[in-house]
Amino acid sequence: MLGYVIRRCFIGLVMVIVMSLVTFLLFFASPVDPARYACGKSCDENTREMARKSLGYDQPVMVQWGQFMKGLVVGREYPVDPELRATMNEDQITECAAPCLGYSVYNNKTVNESISEAFPVSASLAVAAIIMWLLGGILLGVLAAVTRGSPLDRGIVALALVAYAFPSFFIGTFLIRYVSLKWGLFPFPEYTPIAEGGVGEWALNLFLPGLTLALLFMAGYIRMTRAFVLESMSEDYVRTARAKGLAGRRVLFKHSLRASLTPLVTMAGLDFAAVLGGAVITETVFNYNGLGKLAVTANATFDLPVLIGLVLLLGSIVIIANIIVDILYAFIDPRVRVG
Amino acid sequence: MSSFLSVRDLRVHFPTQDGIVKATDGLSFDLERGQTLGIVGESGSGKSVSTSTILGLHRKTRAMVSGEILLEDEDLLKISDEEMRRKRGRDVAMIFQDPLSAMHPYYSVGNQIVEAYRVHNDVSKKAARTRAIEMLDRVGIPQPDRRVDDYPHQFSGGMRQRAMIAMGLVNNPSLLIADEPTTALDVTVQAQILDLLQDLQKEFNSAIMIITHDLGVVAEMADDVLVMYAGKAVEYGPCREILTHPEMPYTWGLLSSVPEVTGDVDAKLVPIPGSPPSLLSPPKGCAFNPRCAHRDKVPGDRCRTELPELVPGSRGPHHLKRCHLADPDQIYATEILPEIAPDLAALEQNAQTQTPAEQGTDTGVEDK
Repeated sequence: MLGYVIRRCFIGLVMVIVMSLVTFLLFFASPVDPARYACGKSCDENTREMARKSLGYDQPVMVQWGQFMKGLVVGREYPVDPELRATMNEDQITECAAPCLGYSVYNNKTVNESISEAFPVSASLAVAAIIMWLLGGILLGVLAAVTRGSPLDRGIVALALVAYAFPSFFIGTFLIRYVSLKWGLFPFPEYTPIAEGGVGEWALNLFLPGLTLALLFMAGYIRMTRAFVLESMSEDYVRTARAKGLAGRRVLFKHSLRASLTPLVTMAGLDFAAVLGGAVITETVFNYNGLGKLAVTANATFDLPVLIGLVLLLGSIVIIANIIVDILYAFIDPRVRVG
Repeated sequence: MSSFLSVRDLRVHFPTQDGIVKATDGLSFDLERGQTLGIVGESGSGKSVSTSTILGLHRKTRAMVSGEILLEDEDLLKISDEEMRRKRGRDVAMIFQDPLSAMHPYYSVGNQIVEAYRVHNDVSKKAARTRAIEMLDRVGIPQPDRRVDDYPHQFSGGMRQRAMIAMGLVNNPSLLIADEPTTALDVTVQAQILDLLQDLQKEFNSAIMIITHDLGVVAEMADDVLVMYAGKAVEYGPCREILTHPEMPYTWGLLSSVPEVTGDVDAKLVPIPGSPPSLLSPPKGCAFNPRCAHRDKVPGDRCRTELPELVPGSRGPHHLKRCHLADPDQIYATEILPEIAPDLAALEQNAQTQTPAEQGTDTGVEDK
C-alpha cells in the first residue's frame, strides 16, 4: 500500500513537471508580447525593454522555464536580470520565496501572494459546497431510490433537475435578493476568515454561496446515488443480506449504499478539484475573491505569471485529488488493496 | 399435525405491462425434518421464485402471492413482514448459487457470518466471532481463526461456498434452501459440498430444499423430487421412483440430456428441442406440448386443448404426474431407455424375461 502511494506520488510529480513545460510553451507560442502587457498602456521602448529584462522575458523560453522551476525549489528575486538588479536599491528588489510561482506586475505582488489571498476563499467555498451537495445528493438520492416510482421519487428527481437548469448567477442573485436581503434569513454573505469571525461566522457566510454552487452538482449526485443504490439493490449480496433476516434499513445502508460509494467518491474528488478553480460565476455573484475570479482577471489582462501559476496549482490539485481518491478506494473496497 | 413444511397451491404472479407472469402457478408439496426435496427444472421454470417466496423475499407490492406456506403449521404468507424478517436466517436459511456475488465484496467473511448471527442472537461481537470461527471450522475451512478475517475474494470458489453454508447454518435453521449450491463449482468440489450438506443435515436434523437442474445432484441428495415446468409441478414423488420410472415426457427429456461418465458410450445425449415457454402466455393445454415428441400418442389432441391434472400415475399414490399419456411406463421402457442407457434397458429386459438366478451369469451388460 505504501509503495503504491509513493509510486503514485512520483508519477504525479512527473505530471506536474510536464504540465508546467507544456503551459510555458503554450503561452509563449501566443503572438502577444508579454512584456508589452506587463509594461502597461503608456509605455515607451525603453521601459518596455526594462520590463522585459526585469521579468526575464528576454531569455529563451527553455531558460525561462528552467528559472521558473528553480524558483519553485529555491525561490527567486525580481528583477530577474542580475545586471538590472545590481543597479537597484534594496527596496526595489522583490523577494519571492520558494515555491515561487512568479511575479505579477499587474497586481504588483508575487503570484504566491495573490494565490494565498484567493485560495482560502475558494477552498472554503468548495468545502461548503461539497458538504452540501454530498449530504443533499446522497440523502435525497437514497430517499428517491427507496421510494422509487412514487410521487416523492419523481418530485425529488424533478426538483433536482429544476435546480440544475437554473444558472448559478440566477440562483445566487435570487438567494441574495430574497433569502438574505428581503427575508433576512441569512446575513449578507461576505467572506470572513475563521481567524476573524470564528468557525460559526465563517460557515454562516458560506452558506448561501456554498448552496448556489452545490445546487449545480446536487442534481447529478441525486441521480447517480439513486441509480447506484437501485442497481446494488438487485445485487446477489443484497439479496443475501435480506435472506439473513437483516432489517431493511441495515440492508440499505450497510450493504447497498456502501457498494454505491465507490463511484460517488471518484466523482466527488474530481468535482471538488474542479470547483476550486472553476467557481467563477458564484464567486463573482457573491463578490468572493477566489481563484476563479483571479484566473478570469489574469486572462483578461494577459497576466502571464498568474496564469501559469494558477494552471500549475489547479493541475496539481487535480492530480492530488486523484491520488486521494485512489487511496480512499482502498479503504472502501478491500479488493483494491494491492500488496 | 401436518408436515414440517407444507406448501399448498402456491401461486406467485407478477403483474407486468404486458400481462400477468405466472412464475409459480399452483404448487404443492410437503417436506419433513431430516428430509431433502429436490426441485428440478430448466431456467425460468419457477424454481427460484417459489423458494424465494418461502423466504418472503418478494415484495408484496410487486408480486401477487396466494396459497399457503405452512411451516410447523404457521402460514408464512399470513404473518407480518417483521415476523417474517425474524424467521429469515433463523428458521429458514438460504444458500445461493454463486458465492462470489452472493457475499458482499467489501466485508470480511467473518464479519458477514457475525452479522447473520447477531441479527437473531443478542450476543457480544466477541462471542459471535467465536461462533463464526466455530462454524467455519465445522464446514471444513482450514485455519478458521485466521481465515475469518479474509475477504470473499481471498477464498477459492469451494471455500466461499463453504463459508456461505456456514453463514446459512449459523443459527441452526430448521429449513435450509439451497439454490443451485454447486452450479458454480468444480465437479470435485461439488461432491465435497454435497457431502458437507448431508453431514450437516444429519447433525442438525434440518429439512433441505435443493434447487437444481442437475439430476446428478438430485440422485445424490434428494429423498423426494419435484419436477417443475412453466411454474407448475409436472412430476412429483420419491427420488428413486422418479429417476427410474419417470412418467412425464419432460422428465424423460431431462434424463436424456444428462451425460454419464460411467455409462455406455453408445448412449445418446438428447437435448429437449425448443425452449421453455413464455410464462406470460403459456401454451394452451399442457405447457410442454409444443416440445413434446409424444403428444400425438394421446387421442383427441387433448395435449393441446386440456391441461392435465397432477394425479397419481400407474405406479401408486406417491408418484404424481401431469400427463395425458395412458401408458408412459411402456413408452419409457421401449423408446426412451434404450436410447439413453442401452445397458440399463437391456438389464430391464433381462429382469423381465430372466429369473434372478440367471441374471448373475449375464455379464457384460452389468459391469460399468
